[in-house]
Amino acid sequence: MNWIATYTLLSKEVTRWRKVWLQTVLAPVVTALLYLLVFGHVLEGRVEVFPGVSYTEFLIPGLLMMAVIQNAFANTSSSMIQSKVMGSIVFILLPPFSALEMFLAFIGAAILRGLAVGVGVFLLAYFYVGVSIENIFVILAFAVLGSYVMAALGLIAGMWAEKFDQIASFQSFLIVPLTFLSGVFYSITSLPPFWYQMSKANPFFYMIDGFRYGFFGQSDQPVLLSLAVMLSASVVLTLGCVLMLKSGYKLRDA
Amino acid sequence: MTQEIPANAEQQPAISLRGVTKRYGKLQALSDVSFDIRQGEFFGLLGPNGAGKSTLISALAGLIRVNSGHISILGADVEKDYRRARMNLGVVPQEIVMDPFFTVRETLEFQSGYFGLRNNGKWIDELLEQLGLNDKADSNMRKLSGGMKRRVLIAQALVHKPKVLVLDEPTAGVDVELRQSMWRFVRRLHKEGHTIVLTTHYLEEAEELCDRIAIIDKGKLLALETKQDLLARGLGSKLLVRASHSIETIPPQYLDRVTRLAGNEVELTIHRDSDSIMQILDGLRAASISIEYVSVLNDSLEDVFIRMTGEQSGVRA
Ligand SMILES: Nc1ncnc2c1ncn2[C@@H]1O[C@H](COP(=O)(O)OP(=O)(O)OP(=O)(O)O)[C@@H](O)[C@H]1O
Ligand SMILES: [Mg+2]
Repeated sequence: MNWIATYTLLSKEVTRWRKVWLQTVLAPVVTALLYLLVFGHVLEGRVEVFPGVSYTEFLIPGLLMMAVIQNAFANTSSSMIQSKVMGSIVFILLPPFSALEMFLAFIGAAILRGLAVGVGVFLLAYFYVGVSIENIFVILAFAVLGSYVMAALGLIAGMWAEKFDQIASFQSFLIVPLTFLSGVFYSITSLPPFWYQMSKANPFFYMIDGFRYGFFGQSDQPVLLSLAVMLSASVVLTLGCVLMLKSGYKLRDA
Repeated sequence: MTQEIPANAEQQPAISLRGVTKRYGKLQALSDVSFDIRQGEFFGLLGPNGAGKSTLISALAGLIRVNSGHISILGADVEKDYRRARMNLGVVPQEIVMDPFFTVRETLEFQSGYFGLRNNGKWIDELLEQLGLNDKADSNMRKLSGGMKRRVLIAQALVHKPKVLVLDEPTAGVDVELRQSMWRFVRRLHKEGHTIVLTTHYLEEAEELCDRIAIIDKGKLLALETKQDLLARGLGSKLLVRASHSIETIPPQYLDRVTRLAGNEVELTIHRDSDSIMQILDGLRAASISIEYVSVLNDSLEDVFIRMTGEQSGVRA
């Protein structure tokens, strides 16, 4: 491992989103806030998901996680596709990076952006609604694992895609549906049996369910199961990314 | 960062290519290319558009994977021992590329870090100075002109002081002044012991700078010689003879040498090593041509180049 090189690439990737923070951090925070205002206002008092938890409170963890993971995904995928399209990818292909070093730098920067957005949404929600915290370690673990998994997925999408609109399709046909169907706005126990089973096959569900446990101490599925799903997903995606980077798939063969 | 240097590092070629083949679909971009570039050489890589020069450079920089063959930089295989190979290699790509998020200095600092170098400020300052980028150091990359972006690319290739520097058409679209200051700088690097590999379409440039020159076309190595040998190669030079009257007949033994016959002037190809100019002149006199003026025209690299690659280009042949 060359730590200086890895750290430099990490800080370059962080600088990249930090320089345009209005768009990369503030905008998603505002979007999450709008969801919270609109859905919270419309559905407050009509739906009770967990006993003793208001709907707006219930909504917060899901919205927070959604913002975190979408931005983690956006960071790796857009950085990768942009440097491929613009050709500046050569600046990281010419130095002696190993696949693992590249992976850690890209993922690290994306996690930091996910967490920055998460902290923003959290603070707003905290002052606007008030947020209870059952277990901060569970919250952090799922925030980090969720953004890790999504950053890795974004990296794969970025390596695979040749044009910006392929990333957009990846987002609108895979990420957004899976997120919306993962119980951000509802508890999956309220679904008909078929859809309940389908939801349990959605890995995004475990991301949000485990995260929610950290806030309420209650969840649809045991938190350890969610943790196991997230850890397995991390391992698989890490292997996938490192192998792709190592083979130079669509990077060194263009 | 410590670098292991093998015991025989001195004798290693700077770049070694063995049987390098690259296909893009059906197109054979490189076919079985083998040659060495020695340490300390100023090496020219010439060839018409699409010859495979950039493909060759991408292959040795590890930017593309070859279908077969081996490439090493100072003895380090570019795939198996990529860390050592890339530490020793600096590449200025043909296309101008840049990262629009950063300033010139940030770009160079990041690039240093990628090679494991911290606190590289002194060398970065020197690069900025040498390449005339001082007053642009804190400008965003987007705001630079094309020629300035090219200078940043050169600086980026040099942040880690690579022993081998490869420049892919660095002077395309660069003004005269910059071209000269750039060559002054590259010559200095060469004097300090760096191996320089250059591709260019300005043949005078190669003729002036390079010790040895490889000519490739359609992915094949056509020639690899010292500049002198290349210039003297094959057809060599021309003999221009002007008579005091219009020339009507040429002695039959010289007929196939005539490249031009107009009025009182005739141009003949001569082999500099094997021909005696005096003998040819005597032969002409014997055919009652009264010679008034004689001149030997040496081939330029351009003549040699066109002759070697010219058949298909059609434009100048
Ligand atoms: N990524 C690619 N996919 C398909 N074909 C390619 C690719 N890159 C290069 N080629 C083809 O390979 C051949 C060699 O191209 P290359 O860029 O190496 O030429 P070159 O000698 O550098 O030419 P120039 O002087 O114009 O820069 C060309 O026919 C080119 O079209
Ligand atoms: Mg080229």
